[in-house]
Amino acid sequence: MSLLNIFDIAGSGMSAQSLRLNTTSSNLANAENASSSAEQTYRARHPVFAAVMGALNGGSGLEQNASRGVQVLGIVESTTPVQSRYEPGNPQADANGYIYLPNINMVEEMANMISASRSYQSNVEVANTSKQLLLKTLTLGQ
Amino acid sequence: MPITLDGAFGVHEQALGLYAHRAEILATNLANADTPNYRARDIDFRAALASAQAASDHTSVAVTHANHIQPGTGGGDEYTLLYRNPPQTSLDGNTVDTQVEHAEFAQNALRYSASLTFLNGKIKGLMGAIRGE
Repeated sequence: MSLLNIFDIAGSGMSAQSLRLNTTSSNLANAENASSSAEQTYRARHPVFAAVMGALNGGSGLEQNASRGVQVLGIVESTTPVQSRYEPGNPQADANGYIYLPNINMVEEMANMISASRSYQSNVEVANTSKQLLLKTLTLGQ
Repeated sequence: MPITLDGAFGVHEQALGLYAHRAEILATNLANADTPNYRARDIDFRAALASAQAASDHTSVAVTHANHIQPGTGGGDEYTLLYRNPPQTSLDGNTVDTQVEHAEFAQNALRYSASLTFLNGKIKGLMGAIRGE
């Protein structure tokens, strides 16, 4: 039953998007974490998505290179330099009076959050529609 | 009036299976809406349905050896997965247009429902004929 596979596909999409929301919330929560050296500073984290390659429908011939669902390959840290700020009064300031703040771009994170929640919604709708179709199919001929 | 039960359901039997496969393909497109370098895929429904019908219409031949194969076997799912032509390319190489995929998915679901309704009607008619009501 290929309609049942849709639950796996939409489920993989939902789990990937919720992981994206998770990293976004982690980034936003740590946006103001000051530290006394550039190495110790929190860096923005983002998930890397990739399509799950495999055959649809068990795979015969032409369908071998079809993909099904999405997977998260890993979470990468942003490589943009962290911000340094001159604040000699801060208890975390280094010998030169600088503190280091995470390289988090608020605008980027908010846009990421909205995109993730919209994509999550569309996956939920797909799963809902397939559920209705399956239930309708079960009552065929009654 | 068809005499065999196979003929009674007409094209809807194959169409239902193809709609389900297409729903799976469109769901994959939507799940990968944010995947870099993912290309949206779809099938040519008309061609797929024609080949599915041709496969189901094939008469079977006598098999006298284990390596003999039936003509046109492939489970009736012989369709070619194509790539969608994006109206506008994106920087990360992804060609999924969420709106288009949503519209196609909704249309596909509606057609699936329509096929189910037709099948239901045919089954009801057959049942009526059997009971002689």
